Amino acid sequence: MSKARVVLALGDDVSTDQIYPGRYMATVLPTETPQFAFADHAAFNSLLKSGGVPAGSVIVAGKNFGCGSSREQAVSALKGHELVIVAKSFARIFLQNAINLGLRLVEVPDVAAAEGDDLAIGLTEVTDLTTGRRFALRPLPAARQAIMDAGGLIPYTRKRLVGRGTAA
Amino acid sequence: MGMTVVQKVLARATGRRMVAVGDVVEPAVDLAMSHENAALVINQFLEIYKGTGLEPKPWDPSKIAIIFDHRVPAESPKTATNQKKVREFVAAQGITKFHDIRGDEGGICHQVLPENGYVRPGYVVVGTDSHTTSHGALGAFAFGIGATEMASVWALGCAMNVEVPGTIKVEVTGALPDFVTPKDLILQLVGRLGAGGATFHVLEFHGGTIRAMPTSGRLTLCNMSVEAGATCGIVPADEETLRYLREEAGVEDEVEPMVPEPDAPYERIVQLDASKLEPQVACPHTVDNVRPVTSVAGTKVHQVVIGSCTNGRLDDIAIAARLLKGRKVARGTRMIVFPASGRIYQQALDAGYVGDLMRAGAVVMNSGCGPCLGVHQGALGDGEVALSTTNRNFKGRMGNPASEVYLCSPAVAAASAVTGVITDPREGGVR
Repeated sequence: MSKARVVLALGDDVSTDQIYPGRYMATVLPTETPQFAFADHAAFNSLLKSGGVPAGSVIVAGKNFGCGSSREQAVSALKGHELVIVAKSFARIFLQNAINLGLRLVEVPDVAAAEGDDLAIGLTEVTDLTTGRRFALRPLPAARQAIMDAGGLIPYTRKRLVGRGTAA
Repeated sequence: MGMTVVQKVLARATGRRMVAVGDVVEPAVDLAMSHENAALVINQFLEIYKGTGLEPKPWDPSKIAIIFDHRVPAESPKTATNQKKVREFVAAQGITKFHDIRGDEGGICHQVLPENGYVRPGYVVVGTDSHTTSHGALGAFAFGIGATEMASVWALGCAMNVEVPGTIKVEVTGALPDFVTPKDLILQLVGRLGAGGATFHVLEFHGGTIRAMPTSGRLTLCNMSVEAGATCGIVPADEETLRYLREEAGVEDEVEPMVPEPDAPYERIVQLDASKLEPQVACPHTVDNVRPVTSVAGTKVHQVVIGSCTNGRLDDIAIAARLLKGRKVARGTRMIVFPASGRIYQQALDAGYVGDLMRAGAVVMNSGCGPCLGVHQGALGDGEVALSTTNRNFKGRMGNPASEVYLCSPAVAAASAVTGVITDPREGGVR
């Protein structure tokens, strides 16, 4: 169980263009992308850059979060701030990129929470401690569990590669 | 129970007799495509090998394609340096399917791959670009992945933890009316399914309209399948696919079509009557906010854009030239055109289309992605409206969150360039 504050509440279909605008795509390194997270959302971007958002803070959103581009910067930028994304559903490529890079996603089909609410995120449900409402959580695809357990795709692939090397 | 096309592709690519929806498989990859983001792929690829004592070598350089298209020619020293690093890697690893910034061989990845015969029916194609779905037009299972996942493909040669997706069958019948195009069909479908309506699913296209459609139109359909959240779009290969590969892509060896089995399991069937279709427009700021052109006709447009991996092919440019020949782009409206590849640009020059468009007042740019995603040229001013044949109209997509983007076919775009307002191309005055 982790407890965290909602720092941003958004609607459906939040696109990767909103999360990480295309004009910053020449910046690729995960160490450099976090400065452009939600760059067109000036107030939130400033808050992130000022260090005013503690690690583990939550963005709440509606359906299809992360729709659009495959740009991994949209994930590394949020991961850099150690944000947690709680959404009704996620777009496929964003979901897979998040698992690959270790950004924490929580899928909660009926979630309703406002900025400033405190959430308790458990294994099977999310409780909004401010409103007292409880929401069932949908587990992430089991197919990706091994990658999560390995701590991301890079260590997972490294292990596979080394295993293959010794087998040969 | 039979198998859909994608199930058959995945069965072949995993050496199994059959795969079922929901199975988790690791298909061998036939083609792994990246563009400028190869710079990040290389970074992650080298990261994988750190501390292993193994030499970082891709599993099969002949199956890697790298095409520069997102920022061409480079718009900044940063991009130019990234492109330089990728060039060095390409040379060191012997990657042959590399398309640099050139007028003859260059272009947008989703046109360069098909026109060079790199994609075949039954292939597993992955690309670090969400519009990799385009290549389903040739009967391949083609889907977008992130850069780290691509680094993993380069290392191991397979896509990992792929859940065999369920399939939605899209059956389209009837002839498309004049000035109604495959773009209108896919906009209508995305509007009907919703932006996340096909997430983790395949859109498999069938019906007489699809059989009669050239590969260029099928590329438009599959390209935008991802706008409904689909993992991929796919058109089972047929005579047209073989014709395209032979005549337009110069493929000489035997090509084996792969088609679904008659009792393939479809989760849903969506039927569309093309003969009743009107020109469609996706209104700001989501691609599924689709309305008939008649309901937004008269909206002032500051910039008309024709091009991209969605609608920058020869027939798209031809219809624009036909509507603009001998006319003028309205004062107060700018028009930019960017063909999908250098080869298409040449063909459009030879056919006289480029001259027709320029004499009408359009600016014809080199092939590339820039204006579509707001990275390079064609930026919009605060409060301005663009009408574009590209694939996304998200807030800020074309570089300015204070602007608006409407999506449409090349016919609607060209007719509107003449009037300066969103215009139904079927109406008199523009013929």
